[in-house]
Amino acid sequence: MKRGIYLAAAAACIVGIAGTLYLIFYRAPIDRLLLFNQKIFYYHVANAWMLGAAIITCGVSSLLYLRTRQGRHDDLARAAGELAVLYGAIVLVTGSIWGKAAWDIWWDWDARLTTSLLLWMTMVGYVLVRQYGGPGSERMAAGLGVFATVNIPLVYFSVKIWRTLHPQTSVVPGLQGSMRAAMWSSVALFAVLYVLFLLARMRVAQGERRLSELREQALDAGLIE
Amino acid sequence: MDFLRHVTTIAWKDLRVELRSREILFNMAFFAAMVVILFSFAFLKEGKDGAMVVVAEVAPGFLWIAVLFSATLGMARAFDRERESDTMRGLLISPAPRAALFLGKAAGLFVLMAMVEAVVVPLIWFFFAAPLFAEPVAMTAIIVLTTAGVAVVGSVFAAMLMRTRARDVLLPVILYPILVPLFIAAIKGTSGVLVGETEQTWFWIRFLLVYDSSFVVAALWTFESVVIE
Repeated sequence: MKRGIYLAAAAACIVGIAGTLYLIFYRAPIDRLLLFNQKIFYYHVANAWMLGAAIITCGVSSLLYLRTRQGRHDDLARAAGELAVLYGAIVLVTGSIWGKAAWDIWWDWDARLTTSLLLWMTMVGYVLVRQYGGPGSERMAAGLGVFATVNIPLVYFSVKIWRTLHPQTSVVPGLQGSMRAAMWSSVALFAVLYVLFLLARMRVAQGERRLSELREQALDAGLIE
Repeated sequence: MDFLRHVTTIAWKDLRVELRSREILFNMAFFAAMVVILFSFAFLKEGKDGAMVVVAEVAPGFLWIAVLFSATLGMARAFDRERESDTMRGLLISPAPRAALFLGKAAGLFVLMAMVEAVVVPLIWFFFAAPLFAEPVAMTAIIVLTTAGVAVVGSVFAAMLMRTRARDVLLPVILYPILVPLFIAAIKGTSGVLVGETEQTWFWIRFLLVYDSSFVVAALWTFESVVIE
């Protein structure tokens, strides 16, 4: 049953990708200033929101893990942490392409760009800890997840003092007609995709954890060396 | 009151161990001085319109990068010692509350970093004629708050990493992104002192205060659950 829902949602995503491509390239009008370059906006914004969602998921489940010590929270945090690295990479690359088209520079030390970069670096650190920390690293990673969450407003505020080049948040509600449809369908698509990735990665993490628990039990029982 | 006594006992224990061997302190101070000298080779140029402007731009960076890098050496070692002689367990079963244990460790690191700063700050003043002592109150506030922030966050991470593989490599990797806001504030605040912009300086001092208090709370909250065996 669960598997059926999962596969149905995955199939819906495949249709959805085709659908958003259609909406973005055939229905939404060409932007007056940025022309064709503006198309990347639909995927950039959706992925940026998913980056936020992944970091929040990771922070909250890290906190829950530290409080309750239940492995499932840790699995979720791990899945979200890795996804945050993926989404961060997508956001930074698509954002740079946008920046080159709109401002004629690849990178600018503007508040939002810098915040995204720093959060991404933190999440890369999180994944590195999980990868190379060895046994016991999950508690430490959870601690880091909590610190990263506390750090978000501080990073944003401290870098905000600089001049802001990035379009303000008011761009999204101000979108009209077919641009708006393309935008929101892309967000919906990536939200579903995010949940699917999260569940899939979580299942793998669960499996890994159970395997290592079983191995330990077998070692204790003297069944394996 | 009892709590404070526990904190000072642990901090004093760390410092006494250190002052007897002096292995971390001398190395930290020398490393920090070396970083400052290397940076001056990298960035100092003959300015056409007065060297002072250049110094005000780069000197805060020299100062805080040297302090941050040398602090990383110190915090890793402070917990390595507990691990090597397996004394962490002793500390954990002692009647001192975990929060006092943590604050004691952080206070020890704070004093160690302050000793390094006592070398680096005059060094920057001496080498680059940077007027770091122009506003003693503001400069002291920046130094104290930045050092406290690094000591608190650094102690949590060093404690977390104590029992993991590759801890020497992982410490800076996870520590620096978290310390970036602190670092920005310290550099901007210090350059405010150098160019005499009092308002900018005090803005960043308030920011440091917010940063420190947020992370003291977060540290006290997480330390217990990440360090327990």
